[in-house]
Amino acid sequence: MLTSEDLSAIRLSVELATTTTCFTLLLGAPLAWWLSRGETWGRRFFGAVVTMPMVLPPTVLGFYLLVFLGPNGPLGRLFGALGLRLLPFTFSGLVVASVIFTLPFVVQPLQNAFEALGESPLEAAATLGAGPVDAFMTVILPQARPAFLTAAVMGFAHTIGEFGVVLMIGGNIPEVTRVLSMQIYVYVEGLEYGRAHVLAAGLVVFSIATMLALQFLKPEREKPKRGRP
Amino acid sequence: MTIESNLQLSYPMPGGGRLKFSFQLSLPGRGITAVTGPSGAGKTTLLRCLAGLERSTGRLSVNGRLWQDDHFFLPTHRRPLGYVFQEARLFPHLTVSQNLAYGTKRGTRRRGGGGAASLDLSHFLTILGINHLLERRPENLSGGERQRVALARALAAGPEVLLLDEPLAALDQSRKEEIMPYLESLRELTLPVIYVSHARDEIERLADTLVTLAGPGCPAQVNSAQSLGLQHGHGPQGKEAVAA
Repeated sequence: MLTSEDLSAIRLSVELATTTTCFTLLLGAPLAWWLSRGETWGRRFFGAVVTMPMVLPPTVLGFYLLVFLGPNGPLGRLFGALGLRLLPFTFSGLVVASVIFTLPFVVQPLQNAFEALGESPLEAAATLGAGPVDAFMTVILPQARPAFLTAAVMGFAHTIGEFGVVLMIGGNIPEVTRVLSMQIYVYVEGLEYGRAHVLAAGLVVFSIATMLALQFLKPEREKPKRGRP
Repeated sequence: MTIESNLQLSYPMPGGGRLKFSFQLSLPGRGITAVTGPSGAGKTTLLRCLAGLERSTGRLSVNGRLWQDDHFFLPTHRRPLGYVFQEARLFPHLTVSQNLAYGTKRGTRRRGGGGAASLDLSHFLTILGINHLLERRPENLSGGERQRVALARALAAGPEVLLLDEPLAALDQSRKEEIMPYLESLRELTLPVIYVSHARDEIERLADTLVTLAGPGCPAQVNSAQSLGLQHGHGPQGKEAVAA
């Protein structure tokens, strides 16, 4: 039922989503932490920059990344000067674009969780001798675990669904950058609706499963506590 | 063992502006020093500044070791203190015994040379009556139990000074009665205890030394706190509250 192109597309999508999720968590956690620590001018500005991809049309983001990373763009020229291969039309380019595009979806749940925890646990930890990094690792992170799972699920699912950015920067090259969403597009263009259905239905099932997973990860509502008042 | 402080604190007032006051005091090395005054007088701010949770200018040294002055600020986690918050602030993801261990593991690094008594933790656990609670999670404790655990946790870290910020404020009368004897027993510790409260009955039972802060209302400098009351064991018994 699945052709080798299908399998290749699925493989690319899963690889892209996994890689993107890892990088966005690694980048997003400290970023979300920093953003949660107050409302300075700098933080507001960076907060806006980070979340901008949420409202920017994906093709616009993809286009400007293409220009920026291409042979005539600033980063592209730097890469050329360093003897590195240019990023557009490569899987690595997809990862870069995907991380930028998915970052806000990972930062938001983390930032919300950190803000909800507030200063109190940190102050308590400090009075017990825990420095800032120690307090973050031993008091904040354990309590933010559900938010990390949510962020990971969001990041993964969002990357699977990417189309515009990926098309622009990836160029839809079979076996290299033709991810799942692209493969469906190719089938539709070629009037192979049957094949398109197979993949699309699969994605629908995946999306429902994702939303179900997020439901289970939602913070529990206030159950009556067993402690005495 | 003493606390030498000469701090200038300021904090925002509800109606706008900032209230500044100076706190220039030497506090004794043991016994309970109560800090009292009307709401908004800056009692909690003072405690937080002593702990380094808030910034103030001026000089503070504890047991001969400098905690802050104009060129230096020892961060909270390096100050060998214990702090009991009004809301206990136990770590919900840890059991009671893990909460206690949190301080023990880190507390030893903080102590300076100044002969802080290492407290016999098991002795205090017995006094505080929390031995049977060790495997419970904070959400399964009553308010009174939580405060006792918070007290034990602060002591478990081996502090050189113990700060308590209205620890009974969130409790009802019967829970307060339950905890009072434990607080009274803090006198036996060989370290100074600073106890913030606006409740007269708590002050009367606990204070060996009384510091009264003047209330808000006057802008700019509100002058130094007056330390009155009598040191435990000296002179006539009885504690006087100073009307500010």
